Amino acid sequence: MKQIDARGLSCPQPVIMARKGMAEMSGGKLEVLVDSVTSRDNVMRAARLEGCETEVSVSGDEFSVIISKK
Amino acid sequence: MKAGFFATRWGIVAVGLFIGVAAALLQYWGNPPNMGVCVACMERDIAGALGLHRAAVVQYLRPEIMGFVIGALIAALIFKEYRARSGSAPIVRFCLGMFAMIGALVFLGCPWRALLRLAGGDWNSLVGLAGLIVGIGVGVLFLKGGYNLGRTYKAKPFAGLIMPLMMAALFAMLMAKPLFGRAKQVVDGVETIIITGPVFFSAEGPGAMAAPVAISLLVAIAIGFLAQRSRFCTMGAVRDVILTRDFHLVSGIVALVVAAFAVNLVVKQFHPGWEGQPIAHANHLWNFMGMALSGLAFSLAGGCPGRQLILSGEGDGDAAVFVLGMIVGAGFAHNFTMASSPAGPALFGPAAVVIGIVFCLIVGFSMREKFA
Repeated sequence: MKQIDARGLSCPQPVIMARKGMAEMSGGKLEVLVDSVTSRDNVMRAARLEGCETEVSVSGDEFSVIISKK
Repeated sequence: MKAGFFATRWGIVAVGLFIGVAAALLQYWGNPPNMGVCVACMERDIAGALGLHRAAVVQYLRPEIMGFVIGALIAALIFKEYRARSGSAPIVRFCLGMFAMIGALVFLGCPWRALLRLAGGDWNSLVGLAGLIVGIGVGVLFLKGGYNLGRTYKAKPFAGLIMPLMMAALFAMLMAKPLFGRAKQVVDGVETIIITGPVFFSAEGPGAMAAPVAISLLVAIAIGFLAQRSRFCTMGAVRDVILTRDFHLVSGIVALVVAAFAVNLVVKQFHPGWEGQPIAHANHLWNFMGMALSGLAFSLAGGCPGRQLILSGEGDGDAAVFVLGMIVGAGFAHNFTMASSPAGPALFGPAAVVIGIVFCLIVGFSMREKFA
């Protein structure tokens, strides 16, 4: 699974990186690492706008957003 | 309260409605016209109160600014989103804040006030908003080209509390009204020392117009709280539409304008026209250019002035540096004859805007970073 590390970056960077990642894959899963709730929510919203599904797991201060593209 | 509500479309609309109603009412209760909340104007008044500029008509320790930061801090603590962090190009952010303020003072308002001016019938705001959109559009081009100020890093919790503590100190000075200045005065050949400001408080002009302190502070704490929960941001609203066709945040600013307009109608604060608008001028070129500079600086720094205050309340030291840059920029804008007045742009305002745009373009072209 491709991973994008957007930790420490403020929006819109994580969204731009996630969109680029989604555009580059034809299907499957993509993991985006972020470290703020704002970035997590923005990446999830960007994924939904692209018709993708998301799931989130938390570890400490960090979030892993898994984007599934069909 | 569910945190999730504010992430929804209705959540951001509700926050926009609240800010719009609150701002129009703050004007009704005493704040200057079309300036119920204006982050640029109010930080400028704080700069004046502290003696960083000596424009006697715009000096007041505005409790709204303190409230935004404190409200955001409270929300961030309650919802466990307080995170002290910093380290992403602070000196660049400081200068972006300075030039953003200079641009805003050429136009006479931050984006929040541009929206409130629109809701009050000041059509010059449309020219400013057009400039804002163009400035943000240029910022989006840089973002697409890989512009980035770099990562922030986790800091010790106290680092993120410095801005809220500064706001608490300002509030203490608002209550105590101390006089720190000592000036020599010669009367009939006799030298005496007179006690004077700072802290300065305007005796007339916009700086003397204010809603009661308790009301301003409580309303601003509520706005700060809600803005932290919802990530309300005027620059982000425009940027997201241009960048990703995401209309989430923009629905909040539309709600703000509609709500402020409705309240203005009810309390008879709606006065449509181009000329003679309060604390505004009708020079289209520099209304446009001032806001274009601000919009570009906001987009390069990642947030409008309101959003930067909210971020500084939830521990973002880089946003706090942007805020300090704005306050210092307000000092320069007035001391260096760059801030407009109702008569029009000041002597050196246009030149300052051009220098600011050149600075922002250099930042936009030179600050790039590729991430794996």
